[in-house]
Amino acid sequence: MPPPGLLVRQASLIFGDRPLFHDLQACFDASSWTCLLGRSGSGKSSLLRMIASLKLPDNHHIDLETSDGSPLTGRLAWMAQQDLLVPWQRVAGNVMLSAHWRGRPTPADRQRAGQLLEQVGLADKADQWPDELSGGQRQRVALARTLFENASVVLMDEPFSAVDAITRLELHELASRLLANRTVIMVTHDPLEALRLADRILILKGEPARLVSIGVPEGSRPRPLDDSELQRRQAELVTQLREPDHD
Amino acid sequence: MTDRLGWSRWMRPLLALVVLVAVWQLILTLTGVPRYILPSPMAVCRALIEQRGLLAHHAGITAIEIVAGLIGGILLGLATALALARFRALRRTLLPLLLISQAIPLFALAPILMLWLGYGIGPKILMAMVIIYFPVASTGYDGLRQTPQGWLDLARTFGLSRRQRLLKVQLPAALPSLASGLRMAASAAPIGAVIGEWVGSSQGLGYLMLNANARLQIDLMFAALVVLVAFALLLYFGVDAALRLAMPWQQDRITTDD
Repeated sequence: MPPPGLLVRQASLIFGDRPLFHDLQACFDASSWTCLLGRSGSGKSSLLRMIASLKLPDNHHIDLETSDGSPLTGRLAWMAQQDLLVPWQRVAGNVMLSAHWRGRPTPADRQRAGQLLEQVGLADKADQWPDELSGGQRQRVALARTLFENASVVLMDEPFSAVDAITRLELHELASRLLANRTVIMVTHDPLEALRLADRILILKGEPARLVSIGVPEGSRPRPLDDSELQRRQAELVTQLREPDHD
Repeated sequence: MTDRLGWSRWMRPLLALVVLVAVWQLILTLTGVPRYILPSPMAVCRALIEQRGLLAHHAGITAIEIVAGLIGGILLGLATALALARFRALRRTLLPLLLISQAIPLFALAPILMLWLGYGIGPKILMAMVIIYFPVASTGYDGLRQTPQGWLDLARTFGLSRRQRLLKVQLPAALPSLASGLRMAASAAPIGAVIGEWVGSSQGLGYLMLNANARLQIDLMFAALVVLVAFALLLYFGVDAALRLAMPWQQDRITTDD
């Protein structure tokens, strides 16, 4: 089944008695990579959690439609800022965590986990405990676990913000290659990251917030760092993020 | 490295024991306490060897009480923790009851259990169970409740049922917390059994100690105490070893902790 596009309508979030956003609309094209930016507390992570129908402490509402009309459940993979590796499974076990949690992994599951570990370059770590890996390696295992589901929609909440800058650049290349042709929504703090990876950039700004669409450089992902247009756009994007709202 | 670890693991406790016995003997020599108040280490050793048949018989009874109480208490405590985590309605009724049960002093409970269940081994097992139950239930429930949100998010996107989530996510995540409860339980278990024996029994180490005390066989009384301490230590390290087996991913961290 080809990846669906997503249509968010009438999304609202009230934090205490302060509405963070109200009646928000957004469209995420099928097989496209959208980066969601905004300052801290703008509600971008909450919006992503709402799309994933995860728990939120605050009052919220969302109408979510898919372009093909079928529900999103079972077609969605989630990746967070923390790698969320469980310490009681070895690396391979963490990759096929969903199979472990639903029952018992089949030989096919094991084989697939092995292939994914190979793709993220950690085939030799399969039998180690997560504790023995570095932060970047752990996040690569998390990426493999996200891919294991073979979900057509992938939601990522600042997935690369906890690793060092060089590891982050490497993860961009890996993720960009492995997540090609899926519908990806990624929340990020990092304008450069968004400009390297996104087909479309949305900024959540204002009070209550609106979504502002920002142009991205030409060229295929991940865009090289020395791209002059990328540099120019980065300055523009930072200005956009810092600019107060003029509503 | 392994040599040093092995040294600290076995030699230091052994050294502590030697120091303890030396101080014990020193107090005897310096103060001249009569032997019927404090027997010498040698006399206790002699009693241990000479009365080994008698000690073994009573120790066997106490061991059965402790182990049965431990197993029963752990199973019941674990079942309570899981039920509390799973059913909200149960939390409102059972949680206060659990706290009240903790407020009843064990010494007050012992005669009542004796009255209801008689003189035999049953009430002692129950006493041990009662003392073990609470730490297991409360640390288990705490652990189950404090599953990191990120793992619950994953469970949700994987589409797990509540039962799968409880057994596959919350339970393993609760193991470290539960482990501290189990270690506590293991060291408390002999107390329950011995209190039960003190209140009324015709066998067991607690009975033997009271009996020896009444007959001024202080060396035998101390010998029984030594056996009881050995039990408590054995139990603690046994549970600790079992927990390490159950949590192999923590093995490295614990041994390099030193």
